[in-house]
Amino acid sequence: MSDFWSIYIIVITAINIIGCVALLYYTRKKKQSSQDGKTTGHAYDGIEEYDNPLPLWWLWMFYITIIFSVVYLVLYPGLGKFAGVLGWTQDNQYQEEVAAANEKFLPLYEKYAAMSVESLQNEPQAIKMGQAIFANTCFGCHGADARGSLGFPDLTDKEWLYGGSAESIKTSILKGRNGVMPAWEDTLSDRDIDALSSYISSKNIIERPVIESFLEQGEAVYNRTCAVCHGKELEGNQALGAPNLADATWLHGASPGLVKDVIRHGRINRMPAHDTILGPEKSHLVTAYVYSLSRKEKDSDE
Amino acid sequence: MVENTSNNYSYKVIRQFSIMAVVWGIVGMAVGVLIAAQLWLPALNFDIAWLSYGRLRPLHTNAVIFAFGGCVLMATSLYCVQRTCHTRLFSDKLASFVFWGWQLVILLAAITLPMGLTSAKEYAELEWPIDILITIVWVAYAVLFFGTIVKRKTSHIYVANWFFGAFIITVAILHIVNSAAIPVDFTTWKSYSAYSGAIDAMVQWWYGHNAVGFYLTAGFLGIMYYFVPKQAERPVYSYRLSIVHFWALIAIYMWAGPHHLHYTALPDWAQSLGMVFSLILLAPSWGGMINGIMTLSGAWHKLRTDPILKFLIVSLSFYGMSTFEGPMMAIKTVNALSHYTDWTIGHVHSGALGWVAMVSIGALYSLIPGLFGKKQMYSIKLINLHFWLSTIGVVLYIVSMWIAGLTQGLMARATNADGTLTYTWVQILENTYPQYGIRLLGGFLFLSGMFIMLYNVIKTVSKSNKDAVDTRIPEPAHTAH
Repeated sequence: MSDFWSIYIIVITAINIIGCVALLYYTRKKKQSSQDGKTTGHAYDGIEEYDNPLPLWWLWMFYITIIFSVVYLVLYPGLGKFAGVLGWTQDNQYQEEVAAANEKFLPLYEKYAAMSVESLQNEPQAIKMGQAIFANTCFGCHGADARGSLGFPDLTDKEWLYGGSAESIKTSILKGRNGVMPAWEDTLSDRDIDALSSYISSKNIIERPVIESFLEQGEAVYNRTCAVCHGKELEGNQALGAPNLADATWLHGASPGLVKDVIRHGRINRMPAHDTILGPEKSHLVTAYVYSLSRKEKDSDE
Repeated sequence: MVENTSNNYSYKVIRQFSIMAVVWGIVGMAVGVLIAAQLWLPALNFDIAWLSYGRLRPLHTNAVIFAFGGCVLMATSLYCVQRTCHTRLFSDKLASFVFWGWQLVILLAAITLPMGLTSAKEYAELEWPIDILITIVWVAYAVLFFGTIVKRKTSHIYVANWFFGAFIITVAILHIVNSAAIPVDFTTWKSYSAYSGAIDAMVQWWYGHNAVGFYLTAGFLGIMYYFVPKQAERPVYSYRLSIVHFWALIAIYMWAGPHHLHYTALPDWAQSLGMVFSLILLAPSWGGMINGIMTLSGAWHKLRTDPILKFLIVSLSFYGMSTFEGPMMAIKTVNALSHYTDWTIGHVHSGALGWVAMVSIGALYSLIPGLFGKKQMYSIKLINLHFWLSTIGVVLYIVSMWIAGLTQGLMARATNADGTLTYTWVQILENTYPQYGIRLLGGFLFLSGMFIMLYNVIKTVSKSNKDAVDTRIPEPAHTAH
């Protein structure tokens, strides 16, 4: 902030505060007419006005807020470049709170960070901490219960786009992932896409009626176009994040209509990198929690 | 009786705005009830884009503020300025232009907002072609109002007109500065704000808070200053107090905007100034409440029999309550808890329903019979029923949102012994759910009252006797100074 603007801010602030005080000072007189029936003498459409003095309690309330404000502006930043005698800034306040929290909690996080993800499976508190961080960081996409939704992977099943090892999960969290399914509407005809959809249905574990006469063409289109990523047997490829098309897990929906929509328009799925958002210790705990989800036997609540 | 002479008041535009105020009040509040219901049962958007919450929420705010509030303000200000200046409106043609122009603005808002056309600035969502139309209509309104002040027959200008005047001038400035934008597409009306980043946020909340201060406070204090002494048939409590709180209010309100941006990218100094001036604002705000309520001293018994006076006095109580709550919420430590919770929504509605809507309803009940040649409304009992429905509705609304907001704020900051957050966002939402039900009920009761008002108004005006409307302008009283 330049000196000019600093002075400008100070001057108009002072004018407003001093103006209020002056206004109160010049109108504070008590000897004016009271409820003795004497009005100001003006009448508008029959409305008259008394000229009662300013209520004392109200006047004092006004003065107290002004005094508080002046004191506040001496202590805290407010008057242009003047930083206030306390030296407070919101950034300092944040840094101090973070430092205090780190001092209190960091030893616990560091202890767990030094343990392997596999060994953390026997530390219920670590898993609980990972869950709490997950439920407030990852919930927007994966849901607070980690079961995902259309377009966002369910992390509680045993199907993995990029692999379910501790290392793969941690890489997904720290570095993020970019999943790209290209759009084929300009390359494939409608008939090709119908055939492809039938072929995929015929190979999928979910039983669906398929048009037999489409299958030969569908297989040809699949091998030419899709197999390079999704694999000859539709088994997918975790190195690319290409989904398995033979299993019952359908990230973008299992219905033929949705499958065809994905083929036509493609999909871009981005898992953002969390290394700078969570830091190494918390990411490690979240990894341990996510890892634990697919290790659990399916509970009876489903 | 012939109305169109310079010896008569011009009531046509007042009648038009009064009736449309009731109609738009119902529309705006009905949309509010619908979106409150959607928060309770999201399927109520029926999967139709233009019924979705994101599009209807700005329609609700625009409809209640600018359609309902705007029609009330224009009706009462143009009535009050004639009556207290003892003169006819400056121009009937201009008055007609203001009425139809404003209705066109409302209609365009009702079409474009559900279509999803928005500048994304809160309370200023309308895109630039409508913004230009608003500017033209508003300038015409200003010319009409101040033109009438200029040809007044009284020596002084009555206090209600100071407030109306400040409201008209300031809203013009706010609207033009905040709506400054660069159009990028002439078919979809898309535009981008002329400001960027923290400056855009500051301009937006300078506008936003002064829309509260000048539109929803100063304008409606103008209404209070005319209709409270008129209905109570008592002189205003203190001329001196009205001077002090008027000047303090309009000077200090200008500064309060940054309290909407505590703990953000806005520089510390601006946040502090927003906070301290919000606190100083408490006394000037209460000045209006004191002047209104104390005007009734010596006539308290009228509250027992006159439900219109009940509306006016209870509205002042809600005004006092929300103008106390506002400065408290502007304190940084309180704001850190209340910001981004439903407490804010409760606070806004204690002002919007408790103060703005109730003072408007009282004023309309007081105003409408005379405009249509009737001594009083068709049914005083129904006004009383409306009063209780509104009061209970507001209380349910505010209390549920207080509970919701406080709980949200406390749950969001609760931490476990290991430093992790205790609750998830979904748990907080789940906890809020019953409060959304109570809020919906409160809003529904308030809306029901408006339907009763519509019935009462229709009954009052349907057999109106134009000849019985007294539009004669009396000579101003000259009492000795």
